[in-house]
Amino acid sequence: MFKGNGKETGGWIVKVGLAEMLKGGVIMDVVNSEHAKIAEKAGACAVMALERVPADIRRDGGVARMSDPAIIEEIRKSVSIPVMAKVRIGHFAEAQVLEALGVDFIDESEVLTPADEQNHIWKHDFKVPFVCGATCLGEALRRIGEGAALIRTKGEAGTGNVVEAVRHMRLINKEIRELTLMSKDELMSRSKEMGAPFHLVEEVAKTGKLPVPNFAAGGIATPADASLMMQLGAEAIFVGSGIFKSADPAPRAEAIVRAVTYYKDPKIVAEVSRGLGSAMPGLEISKIPEDELLAGRGW
Amino acid sequence: MSVKENNKSIYSELTVGLLAFQGDFDAHQKAIESLGAATLEVRTDEDLAESTHLIIPGGESTTFLKLLEFHDLTETIRRHVGAGKPVLLTCAGVILFASEVINPAQESMGLLDVTVERNAYGSQVDSFTADLDIPCLGGEKFPGVFIRAPRIAKVGKSVEVLSEFDGNPVLVRQRNILGMTFHPELSGDTRIHEMFLKT
Repeated sequence: MFKGNGKETGGWIVKVGLAEMLKGGVIMDVVNSEHAKIAEKAGACAVMALERVPADIRRDGGVARMSDPAIIEEIRKSVSIPVMAKVRIGHFAEAQVLEALGVDFIDESEVLTPADEQNHIWKHDFKVPFVCGATCLGEALRRIGEGAALIRTKGEAGTGNVVEAVRHMRLINKEIRELTLMSKDELMSRSKEMGAPFHLVEEVAKTGKLPVPNFAAGGIATPADASLMMQLGAEAIFVGSGIFKSADPAPRAEAIVRAVTYYKDPKIVAEVSRGLGSAMPGLEISKIPEDELLAGRGW
Repeated sequence: MSVKENNKSIYSELTVGLLAFQGDFDAHQKAIESLGAATLEVRTDEDLAESTHLIIPGGESTTFLKLLEFHDLTETIRRHVGAGKPVLLTCAGVILFASEVINPAQESMGLLDVTVERNAYGSQVDSFTADLDIPCLGGEKFPGVFIRAPRIAKVGKSVEVLSEFDGNPVLVRQRNILGMTFHPELSGDTRIHEMFLKT
């Protein structure tokens, strides 16, 4: 419980609070206001404003940076739902720019080219909440220690292949379960092995869940992918290239929204999956050169 | 006063339905269960029919409207309200029930006689916490959590204003409907949920 007196903005409770509001929803990557309106109309609970979706970033190569503020502003004006935007790992000046623009959430993202190979952004310094990717529990807790108010699996963005998101979600949940079974005197050594702040390890051991919401991202392309990730414990879904790189974006967007709400009802997931046209073309992870894998960026 | 007597809550006979289209319904679930009432996630007419109480949580009202297009619970919700069963609305729930929505204008159910302005306080960096005076809960202030909050711009004659902040109503009651633009489910203070269970 917070003990405030007057009006206070940017506190931890309102940062995590916005993440709570996004639960059970779908956050969609959009590159212009036309896409953003399609996403909002299809029931997205937020949009991620980008210059290029991850599949195009992967194809084009080169350095991927924060989007042009003009694009972000155009998207913000076109919708009433929250607007997120990405910054490079460690690029706190890009984050300051996004905060000044009034975006609702910042994704410190491995999809962009990292700006700092050693340090992530100290996110407690900002009023705007941050989401960060994680591949395992230690990584999630390091980001939360730095002030992330929301965690998402990294998956492997821009591939249309859900296998990495599944791997990351399963691993994080398995490591959480293991912590809950450990005795107090085992937690410090586990904390050392994971490279995670001890007080957060202790908290997870006690509560059996991450201290902030945990969403899925990276390779989700179909309603069944979304249902899979929700059943594996994701609390909401990010869809990047999966919608606007598919044959017919609007119906697919709507179908994924419905599949996330009714993820436990296979009849509805079947119904919404019917006749959506082709999904985005997928990539097999083993065929991607190691230095082009995004999940290894950040630590 | 303790809500639990002989380890059995005085609310144990109640089943509180949580509209589970999208949003922070699990935070409401925790608050309600801590008081000893049962909860049920509502996604179908049948779920709602089993509920003695209904909570419409925070989330995105446009997402709720989209899901209602395909999974139309509006008639069952109207029947629940018409039968005098209690309803608690937070944030997006108030928008869904309002008689009029502005900024931008959008469809709503017209069950609560208020005009609501969406995102009236700005973007997420303007989201805030503030202590609220809620006289019907007693003298102790209530921790108000406002997240991209809407503003209740106008209230009809049948609507009772239970609390104001900065000159605008933030907690209102119309017969069996209790609506608020803040999030008691995130505050750790269960007095509003308890007031709801008592109605």
